[in-house]
Amino acid sequence: MAEKSTKVENSSSPDFSNWSCPLPLADYPTIVMGHGGGGKLGNELVEHLFLPAFRNPALENLGDAAVFELSPGRIAMSTDSFVVQPLFFPGGSIGALAVNGTVNDLAVSGAEPKFLSVGFILEEGFPLAQLAAIVRAMADAAATAAVRIVTGDTKVVERGHGDGCYINTAGIGLLRPGINVGPHRAEVGDVVLVSGTIGDHGMAIMSVREGLEFESQIRSDCAALNGLIADVLDAAGSDVHAMRDPTRGGLASTLNEIATSSNVGIEIDEPSLPVRTEVQSACELLGLDPVYVANEGKVVFFVAPDAADRVLAALRAHPLGSEAARIGHVTAQHPRMLVARTAMGANRVIATQIGEQLPRIC
Amino acid sequence: MCLAIPGRVEEIIEGDVRIGRVNFGGVVKNVCLDYVPEVVVGDYTIVHVGFALSKIDEKSALETLELFEKMGALEEELATEEEAFARAANLQQSPCPDGSCEHADRDQHAEVTNSSRGQK
Amino acid sequence: MKYLTEFRNGEIAQRMAREIHQLTTRPWKIMEVCGGQTHSIIRNGIDQMLPAGIEMIHGPGCPVCVTPLGLIDKALAIAAQPGVIFCSFGDMLRVPGTDRDLFQVKGSGGDVRIVYSPLDAVELAVKNPDKQVVFFGVGFETTAPANAMSVHLAKRRGLKNFSVLVSHVLVPPAIEAIMNSPDNKVQAFLAAGHVCSVMGFWEYPPIADKFQIPIVVTGFEPLDLLDGIRRAVIQLEQGQHHVENAYERIVTYGGNLPAQQLLAEVFEVTDRAWRGIGVIPKSGWRLSEPYRAFDAEERFQITGIHTEESPLCKAGDVLRGAIKPAECPAFGKECTPRHPLGATMVSSEGACAAYFNYGRFLSAEDLANAGAALTGAVNG
Repeated sequence: MAEKSTKVENSSSPDFSNWSCPLPLADYPTIVMGHGGGGKLGNELVEHLFLPAFRNPALENLGDAAVFELSPGRIAMSTDSFVVQPLFFPGGSIGALAVNGTVNDLAVSGAEPKFLSVGFILEEGFPLAQLAAIVRAMADAAATAAVRIVTGDTKVVERGHGDGCYINTAGIGLLRPGINVGPHRAEVGDVVLVSGTIGDHGMAIMSVREGLEFESQIRSDCAALNGLIADVLDAAGSDVHAMRDPTRGGLASTLNEIATSSNVGIEIDEPSLPVRTEVQSACELLGLDPVYVANEGKVVFFVAPDAADRVLAALRAHPLGSEAARIGHVTAQHPRMLVARTAMGANRVIATQIGEQLPRIC
Repeated sequence: MCLAIPGRVEEIIEGDVRIGRVNFGGVVKNVCLDYVPEVVVGDYTIVHVGFALSKIDEKSALETLELFEKMGALEEELATEEEAFARAANLQQSPCPDGSCEHADRDQHAEVTNSSRGQK
Repeated sequence: MKYLTEFRNGEIAQRMAREIHQLTTRPWKIMEVCGGQTHSIIRNGIDQMLPAGIEMIHGPGCPVCVTPLGLIDKALAIAAQPGVIFCSFGDMLRVPGTDRDLFQVKGSGGDVRIVYSPLDAVELAVKNPDKQVVFFGVGFETTAPANAMSVHLAKRRGLKNFSVLVSHVLVPPAIEAIMNSPDNKVQAFLAAGHVCSVMGFWEYPPIADKFQIPIVVTGFEPLDLLDGIRRAVIQLEQGQHHVENAYERIVTYGGNLPAQQLLAEVFEVTDRAWRGIGVIPKSGWRLSEPYRAFDAEERFQITGIHTEESPLCKAGDVLRGAIKPAECPAFGKECTPRHPLGATMVSSEGACAAYFNYGRFLSAEDLANAGAALTGAVNG
């Protein structure tokens, strides 16, 4: 397996002395094909790694399915797979992303996230210490988000396939009654707000990407947003028409998606977009535009104009929303198009990026 | 062509290649300083694909900004378009603002670059 | 960021634009040579701030756009070979060759890597002695010193597994070719500020004299661009035609001598084909004899590739400033950023991409009505 970044945060090496792996684990504890086989090796992973980390009653029964009770009402379900490289980056890891990503997809749908499943696809030879660190990060993220990981699966693929570790999570949440948000529900006149600075996650990844690395204090904003969103819904209820977390493709992609879904135009004021100085500098260095850079801990809100102040106040009162800002509004002009007013006072159309935004020298 | 951004040289490491740790608004990268031997720690330089190409003349930068600040600021005082034109026209520079057209430098670098240009 | 943010002051920009309005009494056509300047003009809306009579014509200063199709196809062939690590600036990844691009080669298993600096490619060669590391050395004079240093260092260190695929092009011959073109409309030039930081601007007075045109060395930030345009307009209005430096904090008359010295050692002038324009004599650089061993074209001897441009693509006319992107029949239809026919639609500074992405083909009125068309084309 190619040399991967072994910068491990929160590393907690398990005690391998009681494990019965065929290889002398003390020397190089790694994943072997047997760990995916469902037999003794697989069980050891569950007992010594997953259970202690994700500790909860539904999981501990170790049945083929998790069994739990849900209050009556509408249920939201979401799934996402995580293949990020490198696995560990400033401010986060694939583990944290795997939990927070699905938690956030549920939260922006107006649901309170409750239970998660997790599926690992591990590459033969993957260091157990890294897996332990990833699992620890997942446990921490789940605890912070107040969700439980109740069922899981592990498969192992041959060396050379799999980039070390891929994770899929699926999640279930309870929809808040009276809330009906969706990308199609933005209305002309709505105020557009963002919960904080944009571009942090993508540039944190870029800072450790081979060939493009740079030194900075930029950290991923990876975080569970359900608490923040709950506060906003408490403050504004059904005046919140649409919410979305601008992940891949950045703010630009998310706003374009909503403009298209709702068949409205969106105008934003570029100088009011919150961007950390260092993120802006890193973007200048690589020729990138922060509006296209990924975020993992931010939400955009489309709210009725009367509720905008309340929403902004609720955001700013929450630790994850301290830099929230009003950035624009929905218009009947130029439907399905996102237009930005630049610092120069001119207008430019912000189109959806085709594919990943690449660094440029020109 | 030419995404080059300004940064401050924080440290210089001499070696096979002269490397500067350059700070671009909080982001630090190692940059090759071989083309700007006059640059010292504390200087600002313009960097393109990991190479410093020119020291930023800070005095010139400030003068330019001052000039820009003044532009248009007097327009309320102007009576006629002709006056506006005359004032603006007076701000223009000579063909070689640093006066080097008249200098021997011209011949020196002309020699250096003639071989790479293959003409002139 | 110091020395950057100050030159983006919106309020000062608007005052400078008003000044230009007051100065302009007749229509003028000004070309900005550098693709980076094109990008900045369109992205900041500088062209929207100018009086209606001033037309900015976007020049061929996009090395990505002018790299010959045949060379792109060779790059693709080299990158697809096992045992090769092909390094490139991000700009080149999506430029279409005859039937694919570097991104697709990467997707099919080619080891294609984006680097920030050519020195990163040299490092890769040191770290991977069993692989051939090839660097795609594309660019104008601004990038040439970096590429020259990388080859120079590779030679000094005796690296046997490093080579460069060279496609360097020069600005002054391009300006002459444009001025010599029968359908030329350009009346003044904004010379590329960072090219001049390397080469100085001593090459331009003879051109200004020969064609009787003003040439203003201009930077890239909104205030720099507005200042360059302002000075060009003053000269045009007064019937003058000399060279001015509007980027004094970075550019000197003589330029960067250490860089020019190494350039003279590592490169020699050659004729170059400019994609969409044709061969311009003495308009490029190739590796000089002492460095020829590091030339990837010679090392890899790629033959038998079939090179064919799209018959619909009018990138050449766009690059010469003969037409605006929106005037190309394929613009927004057969040719979009998702399905580019030519390099000007791919490169972030290519005029076609800039127009498309920043919505320049729509008037304010059309913006209101054509949202669906744009979104449909973009989301294809």
